[in-house]
Amino acid sequence: MINFTFDGKAYQAQAGDTLAAALLRNGIGLVGRSFKYHRPRGIMTAGVEEPNALVTVGEGGRTEPNTRATDVFVYEGLVARSQNRWPSLSLDFGAILGLAAPIFSAGFYYKTFFGSAKRWMFYEYFIRKAAGLGDAPSEADPDHYSQRAAFCDVLVVGAGPAGLQAALEAAEAGKRVILVEQDSILGPSLIRDPQKLDAAWIEAIAARIRAAGGRILTRTTASGYWEHDLVTLTQRISEPGQVPADSVAQRLWHVRAGQVILATGSIERPMAFAHNDRPGVMLSQAVRTYVQRFGVTPGKRVVIATNNDDAYKTAHALQDAGAEIVAIIDARPAPAGADNGFPVHNDAVPLSTKGARHCLKSVSAQVGGVTKSWDADLLAVSGGFTPVVHLHMQAGGTLDWNEAAQAFVPAKSRQNVTTIGGAANPDPVFTVTPASNPKKSFIDFQNDVTLADVDLAWAEGYRSVEHLKRYTTLGMATDQGKLSNMAALGRLAEKQGVAIPEAGLTTFRPPYTPVTMGLFAGSGAKDGGAHIRRLALYDVHAAKNPIWQPLGYWFRPRAYPANGETMQQSSRREARTVRTSVGMTDVSTLAKFEISGPDAAAFLETVCATTVNKLAVGRGRYTFMLREDGFVFDDGTVWRLDENRYLLTSSTGGADRMATLLSYVRQYLCPQLRVSAVNVQEHYAGIAVAGPQAKAALTALIGEEPPRHMSTVPATIAGVPVIVLAASYSGERAFEIYVEASHATPVWAACETEVSAHGGCLFGMDAMDFLRIEKGHLVVGTEVDGRLTPQDLGLDKMLNKAGGFIGASGLSRTAFSEPGRRQLVGLEAIEGTIAEGAMLITREGETPQGHVTAAGIRVMEGGSIALGQLEGGFERHGEELIATSPTRGQKARIRVVQPHFYDSAGERYRD
Amino acid sequence: MQITCPHCGPRAQAEFVYERTVDSVVPLDATPEEAMKTLFTRNNPRGVDEEIWRHTFGCRAWMVITRHRVTNEITAIRAVGPEAIP
Repeated sequence: MINFTFDGKAYQAQAGDTLAAALLRNGIGLVGRSFKYHRPRGIMTAGVEEPNALVTVGEGGRTEPNTRATDVFVYEGLVARSQNRWPSLSLDFGAILGLAAPIFSAGFYYKTFFGSAKRWMFYEYFIRKAAGLGDAPSEADPDHYSQRAAFCDVLVVGAGPAGLQAALEAAEAGKRVILVEQDSILGPSLIRDPQKLDAAWIEAIAARIRAAGGRILTRTTASGYWEHDLVTLTQRISEPGQVPADSVAQRLWHVRAGQVILATGSIERPMAFAHNDRPGVMLSQAVRTYVQRFGVTPGKRVVIATNNDDAYKTAHALQDAGAEIVAIIDARPAPAGADNGFPVHNDAVPLSTKGARHCLKSVSAQVGGVTKSWDADLLAVSGGFTPVVHLHMQAGGTLDWNEAAQAFVPAKSRQNVTTIGGAANPDPVFTVTPASNPKKSFIDFQNDVTLADVDLAWAEGYRSVEHLKRYTTLGMATDQGKLSNMAALGRLAEKQGVAIPEAGLTTFRPPYTPVTMGLFAGSGAKDGGAHIRRLALYDVHAAKNPIWQPLGYWFRPRAYPANGETMQQSSRREARTVRTSVGMTDVSTLAKFEISGPDAAAFLETVCATTVNKLAVGRGRYTFMLREDGFVFDDGTVWRLDENRYLLTSSTGGADRMATLLSYVRQYLCPQLRVSAVNVQEHYAGIAVAGPQAKAALTALIGEEPPRHMSTVPATIAGVPVIVLAASYSGERAFEIYVEASHATPVWAACETEVSAHGGCLFGMDAMDFLRIEKGHLVVGTEVDGRLTPQDLGLDKMLNKAGGFIGASGLSRTAFSEPGRRQLVGLEAIEGTIAEGAMLITREGETPQGHVTAAGIRVMEGGSIALGQLEGGFERHGEELIATSPTRGQKARIRVVQPHFYDSAGERYRD
Repeated sequence: MQITCPHCGPRAQAEFVYERTVDSVVPLDATPEEAMKTLFTRNNPRGVDEEIWRHTFGCRAWMVITRHRVTNEITAIRAVGPEAIP
């Protein structure tokens, strides 16, 4: 015996029981409350299509809400709780909503949108509180989820008689076979209906498949069919809420199959009649499953309602189990076959049921125009069979209408997939037209949609099946309409006066059954799945305990606070040290590309909007790149290291797209150019040294006169070869030192010693930002946001007049020269502090005319300054505006100025 | 999808990145009008189209794939780049 609890009470199950079987075994009929009306609901099915018996399983981080009681196998210590009820399952105050059902009909919440917004706000509060399923767990899932790729010649989905046979034939023909079954056992339908083929036959077939090299996976659902015969399988290794034996709870398989065989069977349909959702109303095959497979008889006095032969097997099974068949309500006019000894009523359709909260008490039916009623505690219903065509449809197939079975069956396949068995050939049925009160005749049990809701949607003008679905929410619950869609289609077709196939179908989307999110995340679940990339000099920085800031894929030091400084104090001190003596910082993350070959200059002049070919060896210059539509894309520097060898730097954040662009130009746009473009972003570590003492420090480091501004030389520091570039981002005399990343530490140490000797310090990204804002230097992602042209940024004088670069043909668009474009400006505060992201307005309540892209301070004098984009900004210098940031609660009076605040003549970075 | 890289053979789509359609490529000598037309008034056929893909998480080579945009049937894959120039 296995111990489990339901709503805190202890029960016992038998090995192999589903939770549903175990609950029935313990006489529990009421399992849940419905989504909208809080109607008492029991167990209706024995499979994944269960709409009613949804429970929360497990505790803490392993909690899984909305688990179908029919799709979880009981394990020792299982904890299950009912949902959507307060304070308890039998006494649920939410059931009052059921009394107000006429108000909550189809499209109820859309209707609340009409009228004042307050009305919706009022309703929303109650709807959100009252409607719904289980609560999502709040703790992190402690389990692991793995992913695996597999290949096979034949993938067989469903281990019923057809699937087993197909898998056996393929395996014994020497093919690589994978057979998957969502149940815990093979051939569940053979266990339900043991005829000639029994458990021993199944075991023998399985043994032969395995012996021929086939792989059999149980508790594994083929949940999605993707392009080119890729099928995803979700394998349950532990049950929901269970502690996994080897820490892996579930596995996601990506199976690329040569051929897919679908033996997915069919799902039995309910019938629509009043109070057909009461505990004690079950599907006929489900009843048989509980009797034959689990040895549980869900009722003693049974009425069976059917439109087909299959339900008679249920009658026999129940009779053999000792239950009394009170009546068989058969919709078909003529007696079905020979006398079977059952009280059969032909030309009969169910009308309604009566009962209490926990159970069924009586069933009424219309028999040839006469209403009859029987006392019963179980009603087994069979309204026909819906082939499981989900995977066939996900694979892009089409359907045919099978009139005899009143069902859609697979027709054409777009991929290499065939459907066999019951899914291709459902049993014939007799069409039943519902005869009872549509208001209580449920078709979508999980979303509480009745026939009356379909009628209402029709009356309100919803004609398409897709609109009907959205308006009524039919088929939108976690069961995705497995039981309900055909009933709704039938009703819609009846209203339209057309045949069902003409009414259309909604789209079948993966997954077939709900999939836990952890499976998709797999091993990447922690840290958002992002890999941690570390700077080559990470350890050196970490030893100084800086404040870190994410940049691109990396973290870079934002500030190096000392002696209890705040970040603001530290950044200010670092920036001032750069202005007065010397500072150094890690710039390793910058994008770097080595461009070489006879056509390297031509290649660069294609990518860059500035000239390159006039650059002398040993010289460099600022450059920028455009998108094809003429907007500025990125910026950086280009250095001619040798006759045919250049180093191109660009922004950290744009590194990937720059690499893609270079590759695109080389391989697609200009394949004739003899050039190689190698991404050396992480090959080199970069150290920037800046300040009035930088030249002295560099002289000491490389033992010679350092290069003049915008020049480069190869050199040696601490015995390591380096490239020294003289470029200034801070506005001071400055150098960038590039060194092979694995040898960066001694170079950094030597620089640090020399910088200290000259009264300098390390500076972080905040200080660098203060320095560059004061100089009006651009940052890609803030000033360069993809909406500004070279003209808007004041870069147009640098454009290559000869054209021929990417984006050149976009530049002459008339829109680029129209007045009112946003342009780069400087902003200085007259009163208050300018906030980053603040809107620029002339008066309160007016439409913003621009925004603050970056806010900083005057490093030496203090005072709030910023860069921004402003409509017609070039013409507005001297104008006073307001920079307001409601989100930061900051407002400042500002003046528009030139976008540089410090050494406009550029005297400080030249010798 | 399964895409047969001209250099690596059949691989899962997850290794590839779709970049753009062939007809969206702006030639370097395009007039402004041609460039704008190419960028902003492109075809969007419900059928076969030529697309530029890159085996980004494999050999990084670019290629042109002729693909049916409804059925995903791939009828041709051609290598591009300096290596593909005869």
